[in-house]
Amino acid sequence: MAQWKVPVEAYKGRILEVTIGRGSKAVKIGGENVFAFNQTFDEGQWPNSPKVAVEVWDREPLGWSEGILKVYGDSVKDPAQWTKKVVDELSPDLLFFYLISTDPNEEDRSPDEAARVVKAAYEAAGGVPFIVYGVGNDSKDPEVLRKVAEALKGENLLIGPAIKEDYEPIAQAAKDFDHCVSSQAPMDINLQKEMDVKLSRILPKEKIVLDPLAPCVGVGLEYGFSIFERQKHAAVSFGDEMMQMPMLANFSFEVWKTKEAKENEKMGIMWEEMTAMAYLVAGANILVVRHPETYRRVKGMIESYKG
Amino acid sequence: MAIKGGDLAKLLPKRKGCKDCGFPTCFAFAMKVASGAEDIDKCPHLDPKVKEQIREMLAPPILPVTLGKGERALTIGEEEVVFRHEKTFYHQPGIGVLISDKESETDWERKLKAVLEMTFERIGRILRPDLAVLWAESGDEGKYLELVKKASDASADLPLVLMAPLDLALKALEVCGKDRRPLIYAVTKADLDGYFPKLKEAGVPVAVKGGLEELPEVTERLKAEGMKEIVLDTGSRNLWEVVKEQILLRRAAIKQGFRPLGYPTIVFPCFMADDLEGQYMAASALVTRYAGIVVLSDFVPEYLYPLLTLRMNIYSDPRVPMTVEAKLYEINAPSPDSPLLVTTNFALTYFAVAAEAEATKVPSWLLVQDTEGLCVLAAWSTGKFNGETIAMAVKKLGVEEKITSKKIVIPGLLARIKGELEDELPGWEVVVGPREASGLSSFLPEFAGRG
Repeated sequence: MAQWKVPVEAYKGRILEVTIGRGSKAVKIGGENVFAFNQTFDEGQWPNSPKVAVEVWDREPLGWSEGILKVYGDSVKDPAQWTKKVVDELSPDLLFFYLISTDPNEEDRSPDEAARVVKAAYEAAGGVPFIVYGVGNDSKDPEVLRKVAEALKGENLLIGPAIKEDYEPIAQAAKDFDHCVSSQAPMDINLQKEMDVKLSRILPKEKIVLDPLAPCVGVGLEYGFSIFERQKHAAVSFGDEMMQMPMLANFSFEVWKTKEAKENEKMGIMWEEMTAMAYLVAGANILVVRHPETYRRVKGMIESYKG
Repeated sequence: MAIKGGDLAKLLPKRKGCKDCGFPTCFAFAMKVASGAEDIDKCPHLDPKVKEQIREMLAPPILPVTLGKGERALTIGEEEVVFRHEKTFYHQPGIGVLISDKESETDWERKLKAVLEMTFERIGRILRPDLAVLWAESGDEGKYLELVKKASDASADLPLVLMAPLDLALKALEVCGKDRRPLIYAVTKADLDGYFPKLKEAGVPVAVKGGLEELPEVTERLKAEGMKEIVLDTGSRNLWEVVKEQILLRRAAIKQGFRPLGYPTIVFPCFMADDLEGQYMAASALVTRYAGIVVLSDFVPEYLYPLLTLRMNIYSDPRVPMTVEAKLYEINAPSPDSPLLVTTNFALTYFAVAAEAEATKVPSWLLVQDTEGLCVLAAWSTGKFNGETIAMAVKKLGVEEKITSKKIVIPGLLARIKGELEDELPGWEVVVGPREASGLSSFLPEFAGRG
């Protein structure tokens, strides 16, 4: 019989290590020079396991499933109390704070007010690092995120999304007040690279996280899955420096928008958990989830990995 | 590892100008054989040994295995890539339910009914699980054979896995019949000497269980006996360990071309977690990482449906755009005087538009026109989405009988076709909608309010 050599591979590239937050609860992501859950044969290092962020809104949530509301109770009426409740219940790696009230098509909350709400929530979180996201509106987000960045100067938040229309002022705000920025290119590797080049002229690469968008199971997951794999390949296998930032998979909003999740909570949780598993395998460094059950389960899965 | 025509030509007898294969030269024939367009048998001058060698070279790096027969037959294997974006994955993994002979007959019946009848429809496709794994857990042979009888009577076509000590599995094979081609699970290194020729005569697919260092020896032995329908089980029952082994096996087969490991796999999430939720999460990771058969301890719709949907996603062909059925969709229970929106059948466009329109709570109709899966601008630029094609779809799908509002909203990106659509659809008001689906959240309520 032919002699078999175990297929050990070696890669050229390494993902940059990015720190989000400050102090003892700061979170490190990236740093690996192998593929996720895959450094089987001493191929390299995977120093920081993927981290999980829990989604919180800047106002009382509408249409969230009962199971979530039961866990958080009345706290959801106030973002700071809600944040505190999430921290008490789950001790999450990170919080994903969504500034949904700033949407000009909805409540159109002012940048000053948004900054005040984020600051109050942040102070209630006891040092858990924050990801703060605007609604993706290129005229409103820069104003809002600048105020937020200023109000929490030096806290090393991850702010975003910086998109091709507004990356400049957002990255500048991150730089001026010492935060990280997320580079969002909607499932487009070429645009992602272009954005990364431009952003890295404004602030250090170790301050950038990639957000290629992460469609959920049933609604285009295959596109997101392959984009994550391809970007990781470009970074690790081919050593492309402009792809070597860690990746964020933000799918909770999409999951809970599906008919299946809205109509059946048990199915919704599994929908979210499976989406999470797929992006873990594809190489995500941070996942954003909504349901407390998803958080616990996915954390358990990550922790069960013995490198 | 695709074989080159040139390499193949070197093995041919090179009888100058014989042309007995119908080709002018050996090289021309070799090129055709390498591409799969001709059979090597057409060369009458080949030494049988060389022919066998060539067949071996031409075989896919992961051999196919077919379980069951008829409409429910399940083929796994034949994969060609490590990552789906390199080409595509071909045969989606079979999803099986574990039925133990220790369980009650009521449970047997319930699970058999589930595997046979649980179906879901998604974007015009039927999703369903594939097979039953019959487990001799009790040690009572009679009981096991009873279970096998029950399962074979439930359906003549349902693919089965006979998970039992080999003696018992061979007896079970007589109960369910070889014709239904069940998978015998499993042969180990220790069984090798005792079970030939019985296994070979059985003529059905077999699973091989053993550590990675043992598997090649066992598969080579089976192959030497002429048995090629083999499924691998590394024996690990820890999710991440199994994920790593799946990656390793896939690399061995595809990147190294190592034949002794070039077979599909079977994995057991049912033994990887204490509860169903954990099992299904493990199953989802293994669907993305190469499993050939995935065994769960039970089917519940809330978990099975997302798993089957994920499987469809991962095994969709990245070279072909994902489409939804081209038809008239109802959003928020519309009436004949509700407005009509139109978009392409590229699934992502449809999902975005449908979700945004639904969220507005405004009743409307959504006409999805067949653009062969191209998105709005790409479809327009190739002539698949314009005034003429939209008007044709309106007529073909009987829209005019259903909708009296006579208001049609076109994607903002196609403002330029307003005039031509008005010409094609006399009596209709053509309205230019938002450029992005997200714009519907403000556009649609306002448009509806305007009346």
